[in-house]
Amino acid sequence: MSVVYLVLPLALVIVLVAVIAFVWAARRGQFDDLETPALRMLNDDDVRTPRSGNSSPDH
Amino acid sequence: MASVARPEFSGSEPRDATTSAVALGTQAGAIQASALACAHCSLPVPEALREAEGERSFCCAGCRTAYAILHEHGLDRYYDLGTRREVPVALSTRSYDEFDHEAFRARHITATQDGLSRIELLLEGVHCASCVWLVERVPLLLTGVARAELDIGRSLATIEWDANALPLSSVARTLASLGYPPHPFLGVRRDAVRRSEERAALVRIGVAGAIAINVMLPALAMYAGVLGDGMDASLARFFRIISMGLTLLAVVFPGRVFFAGAWAAIRTRTLHLDLPVAVALGAGVLRGTINTITDSGPVYFDGVTLLIFLLLVGRYLQQRGTRAATDASELLLSLTPQGARVVEGDGQVRELPAAALLPGMTLEVRAGDVFAADGEISGGTSTIDRSLLTGESRPVRVETGDRVFAGTRNCTAPLRITVTQAGDESRVARLLRQVEESSRRRAPIVRLANRLAGWFVGVVLVLAVVTFVVRSAVDPSTALDAAIALLVVTCPCALAMATPLAVTVAMGRAARHGVLIRGGDALEALAKPGVLLLDKTGTVTESRVSLVRWEGAEWVKPFVLALERESLHPLAEGFRRGLSDSEAPDSMRDLPTVETSTHVAGGGIVGRVDGHDVIVGSPQFVSSHVAVRVPPEGTAHADEALTPVWVAVDGELVARAFLGDPIRADAVESVTALRQAGWDVQLLSGDAESVVRAVGGALGLPLESCHALATPEDKLRIVEELARSQRVVMVGDGVNDAAAIVAATVGIAVHGGAEASLTVADVYLSTPGLAPLVDLVTGSSRTMRVIRRNITISLLYNVVGASLAITGVISPLVAAVMMPISSLTVVLGSWYATTFNTRT
Repeated sequence: MSVVYLVLPLALVIVLVAVIAFVWAARRGQFDDLETPALRMLNDDDVRTPRSGNSSPDH
Repeated sequence: MASVARPEFSGSEPRDATTSAVALGTQAGAIQASALACAHCSLPVPEALREAEGERSFCCAGCRTAYAILHEHGLDRYYDLGTRREVPVALSTRSYDEFDHEAFRARHITATQDGLSRIELLLEGVHCASCVWLVERVPLLLTGVARAELDIGRSLATIEWDANALPLSSVARTLASLGYPPHPFLGVRRDAVRRSEERAALVRIGVAGAIAINVMLPALAMYAGVLGDGMDASLARFFRIISMGLTLLAVVFPGRVFFAGAWAAIRTRTLHLDLPVAVALGAGVLRGTINTITDSGPVYFDGVTLLIFLLLVGRYLQQRGTRAATDASELLLSLTPQGARVVEGDGQVRELPAAALLPGMTLEVRAGDVFAADGEISGGTSTIDRSLLTGESRPVRVETGDRVFAGTRNCTAPLRITVTQAGDESRVARLLRQVEESSRRRAPIVRLANRLAGWFVGVVLVLAVVTFVVRSAVDPSTALDAAIALLVVTCPCALAMATPLAVTVAMGRAARHGVLIRGGDALEALAKPGVLLLDKTGTVTESRVSLVRWEGAEWVKPFVLALERESLHPLAEGFRRGLSDSEAPDSMRDLPTVETSTHVAGGGIVGRVDGHDVIVGSPQFVSSHVAVRVPPEGTAHADEALTPVWVAVDGELVARAFLGDPIRADAVESVTALRQAGWDVQLLSGDAESVVRAVGGALGLPLESCHALATPEDKLRIVEELARSQRVVMVGDGVNDAAAIVAATVGIAVHGGAEASLTVADVYLSTPGLAPLVDLVTGSSRTMRVIRRNITISLLYNVVGASLAITGVISPLVAAVMMPISSLTVVLGSWYATTFNTRT
């Protein structure tokens, strides 16, 4: 059973990575609008969209 | 002063381009048989606008412009999109000059880090993939626009552009010519705060969820160990320490909000759900930590973390429902005009934002526009609609020298006014300030379910301690199991979620039916009958002149319509509305030809139509022209507050029409339904006594239930007096109702109302008529029934579970399996309950 002592902290590290990824996504506003991106992907890009690097409206 | 308008028909004004484009669009919609489709919106093209073979045809000038823009820029691919907007584009001639003004800039535009300007614009009419495509692509073709992004759920476009290279007005014109008239979004600053709050809530939920699941895993292993042959002691300690670390993390970070809320509740000495939650969390963590360190007794970490997670989810759902309703009213607020046409010294007209107006300026107010400031008329004669400000149903005639107020609408002819008070000084702004003040005084309602949940948690904690102590004295070996089982099986998740879940589901369903509810309190208050005060103008009635009754020959109707079609008089509009409703759309197009027509101010119209002499006008006017004996005039129409209009053809009186503000079609039925449900329905109006009595009579209300001539202050006083002894629901639409709406237990604003009543109301009915009110009331009582059922189920479940646990019948593992079943029951029960889905 001693393998548990290793596996459990390892599992927690993986969870930590997932949580950090989620927090990062939430802070960047990825969950602010769940409706428009679904429609936007239907449109193929034939016009280059000049974008300022940061896509979050808050930063 | 201003006098009530009598039938008189001023000379016809050339309509502006916007009106005619809309009119063309409406006609296009009415023609069903046509085979040719508009090249832009695919609606049928009217006969007159059809082009020769091989040419593209358009249903209106707006669509032609939009097509030209797309075609010139090589964006024809738009027409390949699968789903396209099938609405004709209303051509706009607005210059949007006010978008470039300094005051507009200061108010709505923010600067970005890379030196660009940013604005959030509310667009009318966006709803599908093709709208996203157009709005995000076309503005980028203008030099200087760096970014255009659309949030379709809220119809908000974020535009970033270089203010030195391009005026905002040209972006606005481009959007308008595509059929999306832009308005500055008025909730920008609050929105940024709310968005970061919402993101923070999501982060808390994510963290709490991850921790809860990872605490649950070792907890299950430990329960299995307790049940089985026992667990290796050092492994058990390891599990406990890991769980403790995670739980402390959950309490310190996502769980902190409950302790903050509890502290606030203690300081303000109110009961709040956060208080028992904080006690339960604190006690659980403290006891668990002590037991972990001393390596004895149960740890409650799994329960604690799951409770934090589920409570956060419930709270988040509730906030989202509230946000949707707030959004809707803020968007409506943004649609109200913020610009004014200012006449400069050299006679030039410029568009300025309302915030930039100063006393002494001269404004031009076109027919149909809303006055942007208080002022004195310096030129022109017109009628104005003051119903939103005063509740008067009939348009009032005004002329040079009369005072007009911001928020009222100019109906008939263009006016010039000299501004006397603008912005915060105007009468409507002062009224709004009063409303704001009284809304701050309002006491919060503590909900029954919250108090119940609080008591419940306390009782469970006490029971657990008692069980442990008593059983330790009797049989120390089972005391621990019983206490754990009790705490696990009675986890108040189901109870804590019972109210927010039912309320959120109900609010979501209601919103889909056009009833926007801002908080669960309103649902609770509306569930039981009380006094229901209805404003008359705009709430019970349609707040616009229409043909109410027609006595006489039917065949003259097309003749009257042909004559009235040209006139801009409010009564003429009533004829157009009333007659075209009763006629088939086809006969509208084959109207008899008007050969000559003369409009006599203060009298009526004399004309020759299809070889007949037709006279339409006031009884005095018609009887002075026609040599027939005038029948004695009945007083019925005066009681009903109707304006009589007579029609004579070839020297004979053939019909009498009565125009007025008609009662909404569903009003009688709705009021009857409400009274049957036990509500004491009363009318509260600023209009004249005879009008209010007539409407009250038609609704079947007793005389003492009709309050007439009530000023905004009177309304407030009446509501406050009633609210002292019982629950009062105020339903209204105007600025004059706003204070009363705030003072009432529940304030309801109806479709088409003033922004003042929208922003303060607890409920907003976004579909016209009173039928949604009946839906709201029945839906509320159904929702409360669901909440009570949820609470009963979870309490019963907990009582049974607790008895089993205390007597030692169930083990902690069985309890752990049973616990989520109660939550599931509540979730399913709330979801499948019939609350707001009676009508579709």
